[in-house]
Amino acid sequence: MARTEQQSNEKFGGRWFWRYASPATFYPVAGMIEKLCWVAAIVLAAIGLYIGFFVAPTEATQGEVYRVIYIHVPAAWMAMVIYLAMAFWAATGLVLGTRLSFMMSHALAPTGAIMAVVALITGSLWGRPTWGTYWVWDARLTSTLILFFLYVGYMALVAAFDDKKKGDRASALIALVGAINVPIIYFSVNWWNSLHQGSSVRPGSSSMASTMLTAMMVMTFAFWAYCIAASMYRLRTEIIERERNAAWLPAAVKEASK
Amino acid sequence: MIWESWSAFWAMGGRGFFVWGSYGALAVAVVAELVALRSARKRAIQSLQDNDDDA
Repeated sequence: MARTEQQSNEKFGGRWFWRYASPATFYPVAGMIEKLCWVAAIVLAAIGLYIGFFVAPTEATQGEVYRVIYIHVPAAWMAMVIYLAMAFWAATGLVLGTRLSFMMSHALAPTGAIMAVVALITGSLWGRPTWGTYWVWDARLTSTLILFFLYVGYMALVAAFDDKKKGDRASALIALVGAINVPIIYFSVNWWNSLHQGSSVRPGSSSMASTMLTAMMVMTFAFWAYCIAASMYRLRTEIIERERNAAWLPAAVKEASK
Repeated sequence: MIWESWSAFWAMGGRGFFVWGSYGALAVAVVAELVALRSARKRAIQSLQDNDDDA
């Protein structure tokens, strides 16, 4: 292990950030990121919900039910972003052979799956009063459901292998192949006829009242912070499990639980 | 305050079930994830300590 890390250090010129590819160095860093993000998530969610429920006006055509948007859109965005991040770390792991990359990929999956579930449930609760149905098999809804199944398949594959290294590689493949689904979700409302409305937020233009948009963006940052915190927490647990024989670990765990 | 009363707030213009159902689903998902995260961490630390005791 030490040998491969040293080799990759030499191969990439021994730049400082390669030190952070080592679980031992990243463990305390992950802890700091995690704590910052828990605080940010709580503060931002409080601000975002306040603006969303007490400042933003009633929507002209939908009435009050549109307020689901403050969690539906961020959850759907996170489900896609996390999948791409998961695929990115899987690819990094495959190319560089860094074990922390695979662990990062594993740590992201459950949070991504939860975001997909939240997007689907909130979407169907929003669909019922606005479209008259909880579910339709249209492109965006179906591709989001597939995204959820990709997460589940990925997690099942990680868990299925006794040989962790084989599991890392097999699951990395499903992460990479499945990534093609993310642009399909994103562009589905443009490519196919859909009950689902188009994007209300586009770079440079937006079709929402500014307080609504502000609330949604603040909630989006809250979701980012929450997802980073949860993933970092899970990553550290994974490091404890996988590096259990490493000499540095007991002291680091004790330090962190103080 | 944009609401006439707290009951108007909770009613969400007659769409309370859908709005609060959505937020409730999110709350359940987040709490479930946090509980799962904690118990996985506890198990990992426990097995680490068992590991130490064997050594």
